[in-house]
Amino acid sequence: MRAQFVLQEVWTGLRRNLTMTIALIVVVAISLSLLGTGLLFVKQVDNTRTYWQGKVQLSIYLCTTTSVSPQCHQNGPATAAEKAQIASDLKALPQVEQVFYESQEQAYQHFKQDFSREPSFINLVNKSEIPDSFQVKLRNANADFPVVAGTVQGRPGVDQIVNDSSLLAKFYKLLDGARNGVVIIAIVLLIAAILLVANTIRLSAFNRRRETSIMRLVGASNFYVQLPFLVEGVIAGLFGWLIAAALLIAVKSLGLDTLQQYFPYNVTLSAADLVEVILLAMVMGVVICGATSFFTLRRYLRT
Amino acid sequence: MIHFDNVTKTYPNQGRPALENVSLDVEKGEFVFLVGPSGSGKSTFLRLILREERPSEGRIYVAGKDLARITNWKVPYLRRRIGCVFQDFRLLPNKSVYHNVAFALQVIGKPRRFIRKVVPEVIDLVGLEGKHDRMPDELSGGEQQRVAVARAFVNRPMILLADEPTGNIDPATSIGIMKVLDRINRTGTTVVMATHDAAIVDSMRKRVIELEYGKVVRDQSRGVYGQAY
Repeated sequence: MRAQFVLQEVWTGLRRNLTMTIALIVVVAISLSLLGTGLLFVKQVDNTRTYWQGKVQLSIYLCTTTSVSPQCHQNGPATAAEKAQIASDLKALPQVEQVFYESQEQAYQHFKQDFSREPSFINLVNKSEIPDSFQVKLRNANADFPVVAGTVQGRPGVDQIVNDSSLLAKFYKLLDGARNGVVIIAIVLLIAAILLVANTIRLSAFNRRRETSIMRLVGASNFYVQLPFLVEGVIAGLFGWLIAAALLIAVKSLGLDTLQQYFPYNVTLSAADLVEVILLAMVMGVVICGATSFFTLRRYLRT
Repeated sequence: MIHFDNVTKTYPNQGRPALENVSLDVEKGEFVFLVGPSGSGKSTFLRLILREERPSEGRIYVAGKDLARITNWKVPYLRRRIGCVFQDFRLLPNKSVYHNVAFALQVIGKPRRFIRKVVPEVIDLVGLEGKHDRMPDELSGGEQQRVAVARAFVNRPMILLADEPTGNIDPATSIGIMKVLDRINRTGTTVVMATHDAAIVDSMRKRVIELEYGKVVRDQSRGVYGQAY
């Protein structure tokens, strides 16, 4: 019976306050969505970072019959002896964690795989134009690069030395910038949500001041008086969260998952990641709405 | 039942105290009129009993309990044992007579079965049989006040406080209200009523406490409203 009474009061309150409640739901939905998107971004960036970490950091491309650079013209394609020397020298270096030799055949297969969606491009390139290479994994990507590169630079048979991680640095900067932007906007909106909850609850309390004053007169406990408003705030928060959850699912499946096409390995966020972010958003939404309602009421309904 | 011990109440930003050195006793089951001009402290007196205000000096005891010792969150439980009726009725306009009275029980968590039994009884007691489903705007002033009295009494309080209950009601109807209050008093409820209504006070000959500028100037059993007015 008590629960029924409280629910009745909540329903009355929501109806009387409908426009403000809707505004509240919308703001909560948007701010939780943005916050969730920011969190998804963070996870996505971490996933891609892990992917790249596993990959190579330094590529030493060897001269082939078709290489165009001057030292390749001078010394000709890399000989077996030269390759063996380079391999052993690299392995001897303390900064080098691992060395892989990728033959022309293997390189060509990888190339075809990476560009599997662009068959016209594949047809343009001849297999002999894809060089073989040494793929080197360094212990400290950026710090060790100059040392290792210097060791093999300019040797006969060595065409180009490419630092893979510098390529990525720009990409990460972009992702981090996007993530920071989204999080800042989310925090601003969250503050707006808090203010809106406070205002909505105060308005609701004002609308119901007659009932509230009689309740206090007649001896309803403070908890009972505040409860309907708290529940109102939490319900609005939950509805906002539901909308945010739907939006986050859309962001993940329509937005982030399309990122997958750029990576041969799997960098999509798992369903568990999404659920984790959604649950976190719910907890935040409920806590913020509930806590704001509670503290606003304490000041407004001081006995 | 009610014991005031040298109570003084001064509101902030006011020079003169609203109540000054008031000491009196109201026994269980008494009917007391509180008279005096506007601003003499009648409303303050009632609000102190309800613990809506706290005295600047002195102590107040209600049913043996020192009000100063009651913590804030226990105050609601005190108020459940005190019924209150006001000059402006203070009914909920969107609820029927029945639900206005039931509201008082619902908010303190009484079960529905209890409410369904007790509310009709008390509505009949105040003389509104058959009018359970009327809305307040369909009732006369006197009838609305009866609803307020029913709401104040439905939880069988020890004390009934009335702040100018007949202020908005014509003299003839006021008599009906007073009959209800008298009936309630006879069940053992202590009644304290602040009023300007000289005719009523004179006709009922109950204890009269007169306040002037916050001080008790007269305390007379079987008293009349006053000489000078």
